[in-house]
Amino acid sequence: MFNATLARTARRAAILALFVALPALAAALKADPAKSKITATFKQMNVPVDAAFRKFDARIAYDPTKPETSKADVTIDVASFDLGDADYNKEVQKKEWFDTAQFPQARFTSTSIKPAGAGKLDVTGKLTIKGKTTDVHFPMTVARDGNAESFDGTLPIKRLSYDIGEGEWKDTSMVADDVVIHFHVVAAP
Amino acid sequence: MRRYAERYTLPAIVLHWLIALLIIATFLLGLTMVNIHGLTPAKLKYFSWHKWMGVTVLGLACLRLLWRLTHRPPTYPDTMAGWQKNAAHAVHALLYVLIFAVPLSGYFFSLAAGVPVVYLGLVPLPVLIAPNPALRPLLEHTHYLLNMTLLAVFCLHVLAALKHLLIDRDRLFQRMLP
Repeated sequence: MFNATLARTARRAAILALFVALPALAAALKADPAKSKITATFKQMNVPVDAAFRKFDARIAYDPTKPETSKADVTIDVASFDLGDADYNKEVQKKEWFDTAQFPQARFTSTSIKPAGAGKLDVTGKLTIKGKTTDVHFPMTVARDGNAESFDGTLPIKRLSYDIGEGEWKDTSMVADDVVIHFHVVAAP
Repeated sequence: MRRYAERYTLPAIVLHWLIALLIIATFLLGLTMVNIHGLTPAKLKYFSWHKWMGVTVLGLACLRLLWRLTHRPPTYPDTMAGWQKNAAHAVHALLYVLIFAVPLSGYFFSLAAGVPVVYLGLVPLPVLIAPNPALRPLLEHTHYLLNMTLLAVFCLHVLAALKHLLIDRDRLFQRMLP
């Protein structure tokens, strides 16, 4: 008798929890790694070179009717940085570059996302690479792609503010300070 | 006898020695840079310089070919055996092919590796092919083999020139001296 009441209460609580959680769940999107891409373009002696982060996880809460409630949290596996050459990939994991042993992940967390016209969002957040966090601000576009949303943007950063390239690599005539991160994230519920 | 004293024109002589010196320097720099382990600023610098020098060779090779197509080079002395003339023609033809093929294979190797060439760090040169991980090792190997062929043909060329200078003493060598 007492057990039955407890079970009923538990069931009610579960149903209630589900209803409370549903609106949040509906807006939570997860990146499809096969369709998404995060690359960095840097200039080495004025030569533009693209390299991709092969492993990352992006979780985005996005409601087209209430874009200002959006949130984004992107975690990048820095060791997956691919310059197209196995030896160089190993080199950039070293201490002077990404120091992946110490800082395996880079992370972006949004602090505010504001609508900026049709299909456009103004994103502000914190970018952490190699343990250094800076405030970043960049425009992003969003487009519906089936049941997924596709987010695109470009975020210029300065590599030296994250200590990427220490010692003799601080020389910006070899590798420019300006690095542009491009992302194309296709996320679905 | 007068005919043997016929010389190459000044542009031909200048282009010959300029290309020769540049090829030797580019070749040696290429060997040096690929033997640097890991990733160092010097290595990246050498790679860029090597590419700029290679592109310069390619440009000079175009001028050289233009000159060759619009001028008749001095003929060989009659004292040279027929097979020697044929061999000389073959070696020269091969050298002409290689001064184009070697820099071009390097250029496409760089593009396949996803690194376009920006001449002197100022002029972005055409990106004719997209980065291609499958083609990359193939072009790397081609660039290497063409260089080894060039080294072999270069040795033949130098040995033959020295033979004319020191053994035959037929003043053939002097025709290409400034």
